Amino acid sequence: MNQATAQGAPEYNEDVVKLFTLAATFWGVIGFLVGVIIAFQLAFPALNLGLEWTTFGRLRPVHTSAVIFAFGGNIMLGTSFYVVQRTCRQTLFGGKGLASTIFWGYQIFIVMAALGYVLGITQGKEYAEPEWYVDLWLTVVWVLYLVAFAGTLMTRRESHIYVANWFYLAFIITVAVLHIVNNMTIPVSFLGAKSYTVGAGVQDAMIQWWYGHNAVGFFLTAGFLGLMYYFIPKQANRPVYSYRLSIVHFWSLIFLYIWAGPHHLHYTSLPDWAQTLGATFSIMLWMPSWGGMINGFMTLSGAWDKLRTDPVLRFLIAAVAFYGMSTFEGPAMSIKAVNSLSHYTDWTVGHVHSGALGWVAFVSFGAIYYLIPKLWGRERLYSLRFVTYHFWIATLGIVLYITSMWISGIMQGLMWRAYDQFGFLQYSFIETVEAMHPYYVIRAFGGVLFLLGSLFMVWNIIKTIGGAQRDEEAYEDVHHAVAS
Amino acid sequence: MKHEIFETNVIVLALAIVVTISIGGLVQIVPLYTMEQTFEKVEGMRPYSPLEQAGRNIYIREGCYTCHSQQIRPFRDEVERYGHYSLAAESMYDHPFQWGSKRTGPDLARVGGKYSNAWHAEHMIDPRAVVPESVMPHYPFLAEKELNFDDASAHLKTLAMVGVPYSEEQIAKAVEDFTVQAQGEDGEGDVDAFLARYPKAAIGDFDGNPEKITELDALISYLQMLGTLVDFTKFKPELARR
Repeated sequence: MNQATAQGAPEYNEDVVKLFTLAATFWGVIGFLVGVIIAFQLAFPALNLGLEWTTFGRLRPVHTSAVIFAFGGNIMLGTSFYVVQRTCRQTLFGGKGLASTIFWGYQIFIVMAALGYVLGITQGKEYAEPEWYVDLWLTVVWVLYLVAFAGTLMTRRESHIYVANWFYLAFIITVAVLHIVNNMTIPVSFLGAKSYTVGAGVQDAMIQWWYGHNAVGFFLTAGFLGLMYYFIPKQANRPVYSYRLSIVHFWSLIFLYIWAGPHHLHYTSLPDWAQTLGATFSIMLWMPSWGGMINGFMTLSGAWDKLRTDPVLRFLIAAVAFYGMSTFEGPAMSIKAVNSLSHYTDWTVGHVHSGALGWVAFVSFGAIYYLIPKLWGRERLYSLRFVTYHFWIATLGIVLYITSMWISGIMQGLMWRAYDQFGFLQYSFIETVEAMHPYYVIRAFGGVLFLLGSLFMVWNIIKTIGGAQRDEEAYEDVHHAVAS
Repeated sequence: MKHEIFETNVIVLALAIVVTISIGGLVQIVPLYTMEQTFEKVEGMRPYSPLEQAGRNIYIREGCYTCHSQQIRPFRDEVERYGHYSLAAESMYDHPFQWGSKRTGPDLARVGGKYSNAWHAEHMIDPRAVVPESVMPHYPFLAEKELNFDDASAHLKTLAMVGVPYSEEQIAKAVEDFTVQAQGEDGEGDVDAFLARYPKAAIGDFDGNPEKITELDALISYLQMLGTLVDFTKFKPELARR
């Protein structure tokens, strides 16, 4: 990796990385904002406005798609193009034309999908809501993405393919397989948006959660581990802790993850053998997940003091900590006895957000803060203090979010199964809804903090690109004072 | 084996990834299509009537699945609260499935017949008028929008292509069946013939406005049949054990 930047570097295509980075930031803020809106809708239902375009049911897919596919997706495409060029010491395959086509094609996918949701065009499958015409469009864009990425790998000028690229490649290939299989539908007419899925009932459920869980496993995990394997060593200026560990946890992670889907279907009409397989592999998955966490953490060996002085590294490492936490919680929740309580409740929502906000968003913020000065040729960010503010405000938001969802989820699960002294169900359903209210308010407030933190980032990015440097106490000075 | 081969050859690496990620999915998905035990043997299941299917499409369009499940688990409290646990056979004609993953609102797998049409109509227009603590969005626009069902046959034909056993007759009479079901005994259609095609279907005006067939009519007709088809007096759990 070090040689890649040292000698004979070709001219990298950084324009497309700039575009993806800015797009990720833009869609991230939109996605967080819609999340805050729908969080308030659950606390104060009048905010649904009674209009067909503004109900929770239509805006929720806007939120999930905006944060996963628009924010996360743009981060993935942008960082993978940045990383693959540098670690292969080769300019992006296919030239500027292909890169721009992929960028704009992907943005058009996002806009088509989001417009569809608001107008009521949806497949009704979670995290795979876009209808058939949007799915076809994305398939074309994704194939072009694979061509550009794999083409760069094939024309590389390094002898070996760097570990980050294994993860990126597994992410691209697997997402393609998942996307195509889960979205097999037959349109009612070629001029209409509506289609019917090929699978039905229990088979469709299995395919959907094979897709759904691996959207987490490959889109939000394998891809972002690729990001981790480049940006943490770079920001810490240390080599990856263990090469052997990266091999072992890469293959075991991608092998085991694909089996985990049925834990979303515990105690449903899915046959028991499939549920048991799903639970078993989910628990095994804990090991490779923590293999990745350990490799990320231990890369800081001998450089832990940097956490005090480098808020960008702090984002990256806190992300790995959240990754470790949510990949411990996930296997626990996939145990059938635990799942019988947690399923259908806010506990699941809290779990998803500890991974999404803590891991995916934090590691992405770290990468954005790393990339912005590099891409625009600035000496440093406008303000490192702002990065610290962002970090603490967002962390506080996450803590409020996940703790309120733990309490409301576990409470609701217990209330559903509570019996009174006469052997009757103790609570009507609506009493459990009423009990959620304070936690929905706290959760929404946590979301506001997370959004607020991201606005610090936006301002920091704008000023950095503009070439400004905030007059502030530098962290380096403190460090040197301590060191000397 | 040396790992170097994967690190130096993109094609080898890509193929190894494809093989590695394919195994789990194949093992879990393919048997569901080949094993007889996937579906329980039950009596009473039939495809959705055109009006019910239109209602189901509105249910999907509005994202109801983001807050309501349609899948009762075999626990004492769920069976007491919602009714018999859900069977795989009950969603065998569901394209796509709508089991859901979250219960911000209650499970709807057996909501059919539990509330009157009038309750549903009022609840959809203003949920807090009938359940003050509800956090459900209000859907007044559903009662306004007239349903367009010119393409009802095309919908049934597409569903037949993906495996729903609609007969030629059901497809041919799809548009007609819309009005027959929504007007019921007050209309001029042949109700008996309709009920022969779709046994147990709820008929008549659903939304309290017999003047027109609205999206609300369709949605309520769907809600009123949910979980009502299977005859549980003839269901033998020991035969369904999988």
